[in-house]
Amino acid sequence: MSDTRRHPTPGCDRVLLVQAELDGELDAAQAAALEAHRASCPICQAAQAELLRARALLRGEPYETTPEAVRARVMARLRQVEPHVASPPVRRWLWLRAPAAGFGLGAACAAAAVLAIVLPQRGDLVDAVVASHIRALQPGHLEDVASTDQHTVKPWFDGRLDYAPPVRDFVAEGYPLVGGRLDYLAGRPVAALVYRRDKHIIDLYVWPAAAGGRLAGETEVQGYNVVRWSDGGMNFWAVSDVERSQLDDFVALWRRAP
Amino acid sequence: MALSSRDDSFERVVLPHLDAAYNLARWLMRDADAAEDVVQEAMVRALSYFGGFKGINPRAWLLQIVRNTAYGSRALNRGAETVPIADDDTAPELASEADDPETALLRMRESRKVRELVAALPVELRETLVLREFEELSYKDIAEATQTPIGTVMSRLWRARQLLARAAQAEGLP
Repeated sequence: MSDTRRHPTPGCDRVLLVQAELDGELDAAQAAALEAHRASCPICQAAQAELLRARALLRGEPYETTPEAVRARVMARLRQVEPHVASPPVRRWLWLRAPAAGFGLGAACAAAAVLAIVLPQRGDLVDAVVASHIRALQPGHLEDVASTDQHTVKPWFDGRLDYAPPVRDFVAEGYPLVGGRLDYLAGRPVAALVYRRDKHIIDLYVWPAAAGGRLAGETEVQGYNVVRWSDGGMNFWAVSDVERSQLDDFVALWRRAP
Repeated sequence: MALSSRDDSFERVVLPHLDAAYNLARWLMRDADAAEDVVQEAMVRALSYFGGFKGINPRAWLLQIVRNTAYGSRALNRGAETVPIADDDTAPELASEADDPETALLRMRESRKVRELVAALPVELRETLVLREFEELSYKDIAEATQTPIGTVMSRLWRARQLLARAAQAEGLP
């Protein structure tokens, strides 16, 4: 605090101490001395009022939390440098500053308000699907049910989803089913079917299509190919780092399947 | 260096502060793409410097790296007038449950305005304000993160808050 006097502010040289008190930087003795001064100093009183106004302005401002896609790309980049880096704890939807900072919304209310806001738009969905795929490639995250038998994988989803995703195996064609897992996309739990092609993994996300919604398209994000289509009332998103032609073969097998 | 089985691993010590890194970069750069570039670069630097990290506050340490990376970026002062952070549609708008739609809209507009005012502050005032108000760092940690004497931290904070309060008043904000 001895530096204070070297940075005089017009008016009273103790306004920075008024600020320090508001920031919790003074001990009890310093605070008491300041209080005695402030009681008779209109400049310090006005300073305090102004500081409180500035603080109040910022209290409700949201914290700029890392978007999922950015997080995934940061992790991918770190793994290029150090392949063993694991994921940090995911803090999805933790937009609000800690309650200790004075933000008065309850967690449940916050979650409700925020859920409506951050559900991915169509463009974000591509990022979300790729991020989900990248996350799943970490050890232990790939499948919740490990089975090459579609008759094991399909019933596993019963009771975990409010729809029955179609499950198929293409082992004869070189795309064996290796398992399935639950993921969360487009604001709902979705089925992820996991396939292997040589050393590569293909994730196929399946969830019910909105009425009349018939998406089809393909893109590439951060070296991952993404193909999406709709069929039989379901949306399908296939994501993988296999070559584009192989992913197209895989998609063609699916679309030809009875 | 980064074995996840150890309690002092990079994952446990530094990665939990990724949000803090992003928040600071976002406010400093005022642009989502530029912020991501800074965060990517800063996290890679943090990973490579981590072996030598002996401090007690990894968040202040990481934020110092983010800040230095941002200052090394040519994008730092680009678009100061054209791309205020509040123009970003992806920024969440918060409304209290109790608000009626009209009040909620008003709050939304006020919030947008506040963010514009913060974004318009000179970068050294902006970073000090963000580190204090959003990251809630102590003066000492801000001084470390910004490599600035504590007295300067205090006067920058004062200046930032004064500018913000007066600009808000001029805009008719409460």
